[in-house]
Amino acid sequence: MSTILRADNIYSGYGELEILHGVSIEVNEGEIVSIIGPNGSGKSTLMKTIAGHLEPNQGEVILKKESITSLKPDQIIRQGMCYVPQEDNIFPSLTVRENLEMGAFTRSDGFKEYVQDVFRIFPTLKEKRRQKTATLSGGQQQMVAIGLALMMDPSVLLLDEPTAGLAPNLANMILKKAKEINESGVSILMVEQNAKEALSMSDRGYVLAMGKKQYEDTGQALLNNEEVGQLYLGA
Amino acid sequence: MLQLVIYGIVWGSILSLGGVGLSLTYGIMGFANFAHGDIMALGAYYALVLAAFSKHIGVPSFTFGPLSFGFPMLIAILGSMIMTAITAALIDKVLFKRLRKVQSIILLIAAVGVSFSLRNLLQFVWGPQPKYYFKGIQITRKIPGVAARIKPDEVFIIAISFLFALGVHFFLKYTKVGKAMRATSDNPSLASTVGINTEKIITWTWAIGGSLAAAGGIFAGIENRFITPPLGWNMLLPIFAAVILGGIGSPYGAMVGGLIIGLSEELSTAIIPTAYKPAVAFAIMIIMLLFRPRGLFGRG
Repeated sequence: MSTILRADNIYSGYGELEILHGVSIEVNEGEIVSIIGPNGSGKSTLMKTIAGHLEPNQGEVILKKESITSLKPDQIIRQGMCYVPQEDNIFPSLTVRENLEMGAFTRSDGFKEYVQDVFRIFPTLKEKRRQKTATLSGGQQQMVAIGLALMMDPSVLLLDEPTAGLAPNLANMILKKAKEINESGVSILMVEQNAKEALSMSDRGYVLAMGKKQYEDTGQALLNNEEVGQLYLGA
Repeated sequence: MLQLVIYGIVWGSILSLGGVGLSLTYGIMGFANFAHGDIMALGAYYALVLAAFSKHIGVPSFTFGPLSFGFPMLIAILGSMIMTAITAALIDKVLFKRLRKVQSIILLIAAVGVSFSLRNLLQFVWGPQPKYYFKGIQITRKIPGVAARIKPDEVFIIAISFLFALGVHFFLKYTKVGKAMRATSDNPSLASTVGINTEKIITWTWAIGGSLAAAGGIFAGIENRFITPPLGWNMLLPIFAAVILGGIGSPYGAMVGGLIIGLSEELSTAIIPTAYKPAVAFAIMIIMLLFRPRGLFGRG
């Protein structure tokens, strides 16, 4: 397996406030990888830095063997990596279909096939395609956000807490969909608060705390790791 | 009473044209453009020049049926809309573009500056005296079946304003640029992330807002038959009231808001002295801000 995404020794944060103190992670082609850890451990900061929304003070982000460290978010998308932020990840006053159209904004062809793909993964969206996104439920809005990202035909998808604020059954559904998308060939890196569920479906996982990587292993091994269980999984 | 409704619809149509542009600029760039009224006045003066120029180069100047104008004015309306669109986009390129990253209060003050400059420029070039679009007055005609009268020019104003509103609707709803415009207004950072060129969208916004403002300014001139430099500045308050009433940032809100403000101002003259008419817009604006600050169509 070849590495598709690698973040190397990342130091990053907001202005003077450094949140990440030298974190390295990688995602191999076809993998689904989860980052777990307590609040404030720097998970979202890491995602933002990888996606180009924050520039690291030090370190490098490499996508498909090329450095994307200083690229802007829209340039990174053109390199094949899409980021679904935790919040503000849709166009609320646009309909579901218009949201998907915006995902394909820079593309001139193939729109219909991509929309069909998204509707196949999320049949609910097909029913609601003419509805304003703002009127949908939280779970459905999350589907729109992921669908919008899929319209850009990514080879790597970054999901920042895709189940935040969702009821448990909806959260599970979204995670299952993530797995389904992964099985269709998209490598996924996600930050999740439902640590157990996320790790059990992930190829590998990282535990982040206080801006540093504490553990890394296969998803199953992390679930079985007693220390990780006690400290981070609430077992 | 019905007569007041007619006046209200005419006045409301003109306010709506001004309101759509003001609301779009707010929605996309997040600042209240105090120069919008003066852009309307600029459009009205462009039309004055273009109409005279068209006559000068020999465009036949017979009038259309009962209307007070003919081809020269039509050419002037279209030409002025294009010229005002370009001017508005240029003002953005020269001034507002440099201020994209600053707080909106600074943009607002800059807009007040543009407003003063434009108004004084108009006064410098054309003087403070009224400039007449047409000589004489137009006789009102009875509307068949209704106990009210209307001037043929007013029918033109209402019809064309309605067509423009429809045009804006189709543009925003069905064209790629229109959808991208709404997307940018919704979530600018996501819009630029998905590859929408927000600078291009901003230029479009100024151009559309500018051209509709020109139409509004010219229609105000056609209705009054003359124009003066403060023409647009004087309309700014009711336009703001219309935009706030409709929900700032929502072009549909601005259209409906314009009509409501226009109708309320005119209908109020049935019970209170005409001199207090402008206060009605003020009152509606304050009531709206107190009880439903996001307006009728605004986002919560």
